[in-house]
Amino acid sequence: MNWTAVYAIFRFEMNRFFRTFMQSFISPVISTSLYFVVFGAAIGSRIQEIEGVSYGAFIVPGLIMLSVITQAISNGSFGIYFPKFIGTIYELLSAPINFFEIVLGYVGAAALKALFIGVMILVTSTLFVDITIAHPVMMLVFLVLTCVSFSLLGFILGIWAKSFEQLQIVPLLVVTPLIFLGGSFYSISMLPPVWQTITLFNPVVYLISGFRWAFFGMADVPVGWSLLAIAVFTLGCLAVIGWIFKSGWRLRS
Amino acid sequence: MAAILSIRDLRKIYDGGFEALKGVTLDIDEGEILALLGPNGAGKTTLISMICGITNPSSGQVTVGGHDISADFRAARKLIGLVPQEVNLEPFEKVRNTVAFSRGLFGKPRNDALIEDLLKKLSLWDKRDNQIRELSGGMKRRVLIAKALSHEPRVLFLDEPTAGVDVELRRDMWNVVDELRATGVTIILTTHYIEEAEAIADRVGVINHGQLLLVEDKATLMRRMGQKQLEIQLDTPLDTLPESLIREGLEMGAEGSSLIYTYDTKGERTGITALLTDMQAAGLKLRDVQTKQSSLEDIFVGLVKGDAA
Repeated sequence: MNWTAVYAIFRFEMNRFFRTFMQSFISPVISTSLYFVVFGAAIGSRIQEIEGVSYGAFIVPGLIMLSVITQAISNGSFGIYFPKFIGTIYELLSAPINFFEIVLGYVGAAALKALFIGVMILVTSTLFVDITIAHPVMMLVFLVLTCVSFSLLGFILGIWAKSFEQLQIVPLLVVTPLIFLGGSFYSISMLPPVWQTITLFNPVVYLISGFRWAFFGMADVPVGWSLLAIAVFTLGCLAVIGWIFKSGWRLRS
Repeated sequence: MAAILSIRDLRKIYDGGFEALKGVTLDIDEGEILALLGPNGAGKTTLISMICGITNPSSGQVTVGGHDISADFRAARKLIGLVPQEVNLEPFEKVRNTVAFSRGLFGKPRNDALIEDLLKKLSLWDKRDNQIRELSGGMKRRVLIAKALSHEPRVLFLDEPTAGVDVELRRDMWNVVDELRATGVTIILTTHYIEEAEAIADRVGVINHGQLLLVEDKATLMRRMGQKQLEIQLDTPLDTLPESLIREGLEMGAEGSSLIYTYDTKGERTGITALLTDMQAAGLKLRDVQTKQSSLEDIFVGLVKGDAA
């Protein structure tokens, strides 16, 4: 293992994060506050509570997931897409490092950034609502696994994308709708029965449900399913990355 | 001296079926400077990219310091530094950080003194805390060199280091190469400036259409292929060449005021003595005499043309 190289990549990526501190750190916090103002005040005044939890608190896990997933994808994809775009990828390809080390550096940094933001949002939300966490360890497990798996997905997108447009298209057209329709701001039990069934095909439902369970001890789907879903998703991303690096797809001609 | 870089029958066929490299075999000795000359699209960059790990070879074998570039890629790549043709740099990174990053990427522990020394040698020390986007084009090229040297490679590839660079920077670059030569670093540079190869290389390889046409010691190459010209300025211009002087290689210069005699330096007889004797016999008076060695450029153009034919 070339740990020095992993650290070099990791540090390089974290440097960029701190260079764009306002953009990457402050803006999720501000947008979360806006969600609280809009959803908490406007909708919360009509929906008092869901299954014994105040609406303001109920949306916290969903809000964290929304930001964490979006940030993990964008960090993971941009980190590897940018060197491809400006040509500095030559250095990675010619260095004495293997692909596992490259992934560790980039995805490690992307996931850590997403984790930071998740924690920031959690802290911000305590300014608006009272939060108790029923299963803190499981909450952390879900949070970390989400950060890692979606950073991996972002990494795949970054390698796949041939333009900035393609880089944006999957997060914008696929992931964001899935998160919004995945029960971030409502309980699935509030939907008509047909939609409850359809919703179960949305993988994000399992994540948000599991994460919410860690907070309030209640879930839309059994927590075992949630863990299985995220484990399968993580392994799937790892398998795709393994194949990319073996074949050199979109990296080495 | 032992070969530090050994290339055996290296081929590259791209997906579209284009054969960019058609079986190149080459040994490069430790400490030597080899210039690879060839027109655009000859396969120079493909060759370098395969050795450095940026492109996968279709077949063939390469070892660097005895380490196979695919089976033992870590050991092989640690010995290699690459200065790419394109100026590819992270625009928002600081000079010092990007050079330190390269060193880390190659698994070497942090060494601020070495990087300071490197930046000073390349006249980049004053710019160490500048973002790369603030630098001039020439400075950016120096940063690329600093990055390539940051992990103390034993073999350095310079892919057209002076393409589009002004004369002053080109001289600077040659000085850098000279200093590196003194430390025993092996250098392979590609160029289409023949004067560059002539100025700094020990050996010259000519590559075209994916084939290595020849690799020769620079001096030998020039001697082997080299012809010389003897130009004789006459006191009185001639209308026609006297019959006694007609021979192979002799032509009249512009307006008959000179005679140009082309001869082979390696030939058993150059024919110069005979020519001068005959000129005296014909009563011609000389005003001035000069000889010219054919340049590497003439040799190169001759080879590439011959290859195309």
